[in-house]
Parts: sequence; C-alpha cells; structure tokens
Amino acid sequence: MSKIARGVLKAVRHGRGGVSVSHNKNTAEMPVERMPIPSKVILPMQQHIGAPCTPTVKVGDIVAVGQVVGDSQSFVSAPIHATVSGKVTAVGDVRLANGLITKGVTIESDGEMRLYEGIKPPVVTNKAELARAVRESGLVGLGGAGFPSHVKLNFPDDKKIDTLIINAAECEPYITVDYRECVENAENVLKGCELVSNILGISNVVIAIEDNKPKVFEIMKEICDRDNDKGDKIKLMTLASRYPQGAEKMMVLSATGRKVPPGKLPADVGCIVMNVASIAFIARYIETGKPLVSRSITVDGGAIAEPKNLRVPIGTNIGDIIDYCGGFKSEPRKLISGGPMMGLAICGTDAPICKQNNAILAFDDRKDLIKKERDCIRCGKCVDVCPMSLMPTVIERAAKIKDAEKLASIGVNVCMECGSCAWACPSGRPLVQYMRLAKQVLREESAK
Amino acid sequence: MAKRLTVSASPHVRSKETATGIMLDVIIALLPALVMSVVYFGLRALVLTMTCVVTSVAAEFLSRKAMKRSNTIGDLSAVVTGIILAFNLPATLPLWMAVIGSIFAIVVVKQMFGGIGQNFVNPAMTARIVLMVSFPTAMAQWVAPFTDTWAADAVTTATPMASLAAVRGGDLAMATGLPSLADMFLGNHGGSMGEVCSVALICGGVYLLLRRVISPIIPFTFIGTVAVFMLLAGKGNLEFVAYELLGGGLMLGAFFMATDYSTSPLNKKGKLIFGIGCGLITSVIRIFGSLPEGVSFSIILMNILVPHIENMTTPKPFGTVKEKKEEAKA
Repeated sequence: MSKIARGVLKAVRHGRGGVSVSHNKNTAEMPVERMPIPSKVILPMQQHIGAPCTPTVKVGDIVAVGQVVGDSQSFVSAPIHATVSGKVTAVGDVRLANGLITKGVTIESDGEMRLYEGIKPPVVTNKAELARAVRESGLVGLGGAGFPSHVKLNFPDDKKIDTLIINAAECEPYITVDYRECVENAENVLKGCELVSNILGISNVVIAIEDNKPKVFEIMKEICDRDNDKGDKIKLMTLASRYPQGAEKMMVLSATGRKVPPGKLPADVGCIVMNVASIAFIARYIETGKPLVSRSITVDGGAIAEPKNLRVPIGTNIGDIIDYCGGFKSEPRKLISGGPMMGLAICGTDAPICKQNNAILAFDDRKDLIKKERDCIRCGKCVDVCPMSLMPTVIERAAKIKDAEKLASIGVNVCMECGSCAWACPSGRPLVQYMRLAKQVLREESAK
Repeated sequence: MAKRLTVSASPHVRSKETATGIMLDVIIALLPALVMSVVYFGLRALVLTMTCVVTSVAAEFLSRKAMKRSNTIGDLSAVVTGIILAFNLPATLPLWMAVIGSIFAIVVVKQMFGGIGQNFVNPAMTARIVLMVSFPTAMAQWVAPFTDTWAADAVTTATPMASLAAVRGGDLAMATGLPSLADMFLGNHGGSMGEVCSVALICGGVYLLLRRVISPIIPFTFIGTVAVFMLLAGKGNLEFVAYELLGGGLMLGAFFMATDYSTSPLNKKGKLIFGIGCGLITSVIRIFGSLPEGVSFSIILMNILVPHIENMTTPKPFGTVKEKKEEAKA
C-alpha cells in the first residue's frame, strides 16, 4: 500500500511567526481557461533571474511555436521561445510591467499556432542530461521568483540531496493556479516527481500543501492508490494555512526540520524545492519536448469584472488579458503583478506577461490597501510575525540613519521580503521598503 | 482608464488592526476598574479621571502644535495615559495636582522625547513618582472606600501594603487594619483609586491577553516572580502571598504599565528578563525597603534598562544557530 494511502504527513516542524492573511481564493473552483490566441506577443529577453538573453531572430523572420528567439551563453539564464507562430515584427527595447526596459522580440501571430518542427522529446538518463534538457525548455521557477530551474537541478556532485520538496502551498492570497495545477494535472505532478527523483537519485519526495486544500489530497491519493509504485517515495505533507508557509526556507524547515543558514541554498541542507507547476511542466516537457511557451495565471481582485484562471501564451499583453476578463468593473487604483503580499505594483497594463508572473490583480479603493502611516508604537508585532527572527522596527531605525554596522549585525540580509511585518503593523509603516533600503545601505557599504 | 494607479512597495494588503484600535482595547480593558473605583470612592474618582484624561489630551494637542508636529490625539494614547495616571492617584488628590501630573506625563516624559513609541519611561508612572515626591502628603491621603472623598478632612486609612510592611513578612495576625482576602480581591480597602479592585484589573488584563494586545510574558513573569519571593519571605505562608499579590499596584502595574509598548522590550526573551526584573525589584523594595510599595519604582528602573536588555537579547536570524541535534536526526 502506498504511503499516501496510509495518511498524510504533518509538517516536521512549523516555522515561527507568519500571519493569518485572508485567503481570498475566489478563483479556486474556476478551471484554467485557454485564452484565445493574441494578435501579437512581446517576448522580453529578461524573464528570469540571471543573465539576459540576446535575440537570435531578426525582423521579418517567420517563427513557429517553441522556436528559440533568444538565448545566452551564461549558465544562470534560460532561453526564450516563440509562443505563437508568425512573423517577427520588431526586435528592440520593450518596457516591462515593472518599468524596466529590456530587449524584446515582438511576434505578430498568424493565428495558426504552428509547432516548430525541431521539437522532439529529449533523451534524459542522467543529471547532466536532465539539467541540459530543462535549460533548453526555458523553464524558470513558475512560483514567482523566476530562478532558472536547471541551476537548481544541476547541483554539485559533492552535495548530497535526499529530499525533493514540491511547493504547492500557494500561501499568497488570491492566486489559485498552483491549486488548479494540482487538481487538473495531478498525474503530471506525480510523474514529474518520480522522473526527477529517479534521475537525481533522491529518495524522498514531499509534496507540501496547505491544509485548506483537501481536494488535492484526495486526487493525489487516488492516483497513488491506482499506481502503487508511485506511492513509495512520494509523500504528501500538510502545512498550516499560514502565510508565508510557501517560502523556500520555511518549506525546507517544515519538510525536514532543517534550517537553511543565511546566504545558503536549500541544496546546502540536502533539499531541492520546486514549484508544483514547474515539476508538472518538466513531466510534460520530457514527454513532448514542447518548451515553456504558455503559463497559467490568476486574474482577480475587486476591480476585475470576471475573475478567471487563464492559460496564456507568454508575452501576451496584460491589457488584453484584463479585457478578456471583462475589463475593469470599477476604477482600478492598484495593479499588481503577482500576489498581494509579495507582488509588484505595476504602473500600467501595456506590458507583456513574463514566465514568472502567476497573477494579475486589480484593486479599487479598499480599506486594507491604504492604511495611514503613523509613528511606530513599538507594539512588537513585526518582531512576533517575522519568520526569519528579525526585528523589523529596529532595522527600520538603523536603515534611516544608515547604520551599516548595526544592520549587518542584526542580519537584515536574511529578510525575504515576505511582507508579514508590514501586513501586521498597526501603524501602517512601509517596513518592507525599509528592509530593501537597509539591504541597499549594506550593499553601498560593502562597495566602499 | 487607470490614471490614478498607486505604485508602492509590497505588501499590498494590510491587517485591519490600527494603533487607535489597540489603544481603544486598552481603554475598554480599563473600564471595569474605572467603574469599581467610582463605586468605592464616589463620583470624585470619575471627576479625577476625566481631569487627567482631558488635561493629557489637551497637553498632547498643544505640545505637538507648539513643536510643529502632526496632531496625534486621534491615536487615543493620551487618553490611556490619563486614565492610568488617575488610577495611580488617591481619590482625594486636589484636581490641580492631577493637572500638573498629566502635563508632566505628556509634555515632559512623552512629547519631549518624540511622542508615542519614543519615550523611554512610562509617562503615567513617572508622573506618579513626580507627584509623590512633590506632594508627599496629598499623595498618601488614602481614604477607605465609601467615605466622602470630597471632604477636605476625609478620614485616612492605612493601605494593606503599609500594614503588611509593618510586620515585614512576619506574622499576619500581628498586622493591624488588614482587610479580609475577599475584600482585597474585590477592592474594598484603601489605596490608589484604580489599583484597589484586583478582580476588575484581572478581567481587563485577560481581555487584553485574549485580544492579543499584550503578550502574557511580562504580566506572568512579573506576578510570578513576586509570588516566589513572597513565598520565601513569608516562609511558605500562602495567605501572606495572596495579600502581597492582591495588594498595592501589582495587578495594575503588571497588566497595564509594565506591558507599555514603548517602554518594554520587543522580543520574547527580553520580555522575560524585563518581567522577572520588575518582580525582583518590587519584591526587594517591599521586603527590605522603607517604602511599603515598589511597583512603580521597579517598572521605571526596568524601563531604563530596556535598551540594554534589547541589545542583549536580539534574536539570531533564521538559520544562524546550528542545531546539532536536529542535524543528527536528519
């Protein structure tokens, strides 16, 4: 009998702190809809952490879905593929949602979505081949960070990895695409787990899900019961539904009880953490060879007329996506790319969706969006909720006077900017902004 | 469309909790004790409280204005300071003295150091000590409950703390004028107008704990430390311990004053040290000092140590400490 069938694991150990953010998973029961093919896509050359790609096509080229349009020699980078078939109409500077300007390739769609004939399933038998295949697929962490996945998988041989953790916590409010992935593509998720763990020789696979998603457990249990061989090393783990359980370091702690030291990676304590949509993508890619050309996003928030989960070609204009969701039903005051806790407020809709975008949220005037900033009353809530055991209010003061020595000693660099402190602050102080300022102070100091 | 988009740092949602809401919770928690003080000491208790509150709020408003700073009376913290100061005064205190105390608390202790969150000692507690030193007779005019607090020559009574101090932890039977334990609990004895009714203060404290306005660490360690010391001083006499815990300003101090955000440590370990320190100093003053009561001085002394306690107890960032046990298991 499979391990899942015998029950679901509890987290080995829950991290401290965190906040009870209201979930607002309004779109949880909305199946992922395929959006009609957009008339054009803009593919920025920087959709990941690491070196930007250089365009490999020129204006006038005819490209097909899955054809490489940008690549880089650098290891920490991921190639960009055409996401529609059609004609390259521009290669040049494009503005991203975050205001950055980068090189980009614009493709006018011919509406055929013709697949590139060079696509064929990769042969993967060992770690190096897996890493190369994943790099070629263009995969970056789909959970929001956008770190090229092959870098994680290509860990040095002297590091012993014993646990593969699949992050399906999705602790950010509103976003439900990971949940939909688990419900709609559970087979692929499990297949991906099996594949990656077999090739890398990892004995333990833990799929971590917040305990408010019982449906996922049922579905996965059913599959494992049917295919007995899967259940042996794949385990499901419940996490308390508390933000930020889905943060990588929290995940490692919950699954193994190990703490990732400051400045280190999960691989340093024997773990690889992958987003659930990423692992399902790997399974599909190994089967079909079709690179990362589309992704699921949640479109929600009080100002969106018809909230939806959508599958969109990467590079689709955010404005077109919102129009497809019925447009705005009230005047939006804040547009967010990503979740409300860690997402980025964007200044307009005329920008393309990138690989790591998991949501577009639009809010109108809402009380909890605007909280008047007052003086710190030293209530200590920011200290209580910090999952990294930091003292945000103390860091804020030190950042204001640029006290680099103090900032270094209190360890501001372990801050992952989860936003728990600022969420909890009764005085509405922009603490995350101060954390970033503090890190900047440290960077300037070390540059001296 | 979208001409007025706000672009700001994450997070984009915030909790509903506000500083004003927290202060409102503290005021609600203080209400039972206020009602009981009016029951015991008459309407004058209410007049005295209102005097302190109105003066505190006015002092906050005017001093902020004079210093060209934003108006902060909306956060209600001046109201809390006013009520707590009144609770620390005898019900017979001339109103003008209460006015001086309130102005001192707000202007000198709080606003001159930058306002809410910046003062390094508790404003109400410091004002009480200043009044005690300035007007020692008026500040020791303890009247028994249900006497006419308006009368200039109201009959004074010994507080239970004074009776206990007279016997120095010895034989309770020797202590004169000691009320019954039930009266101690209900507040039917002499003392500052807001500190007498332990049951009302405990109710308020429990409310603050349930609302998570305060952490249980400081009140529990404070009261616990006093209990342990009194058990030793009273040679195991539990009745004596009960008198010591219910008497004086311990409940008011432990739940409402030692837990003051501005003047207590931010982290748990710091709170633990702070609470134990308060209990220790209170006990030492009560057992060995010439004063019958030491809650205010203990809190002020520990307030001053807070920056040092905080530096000593700054938690190590996540993952810094190597946990060998865990690693061995894994």
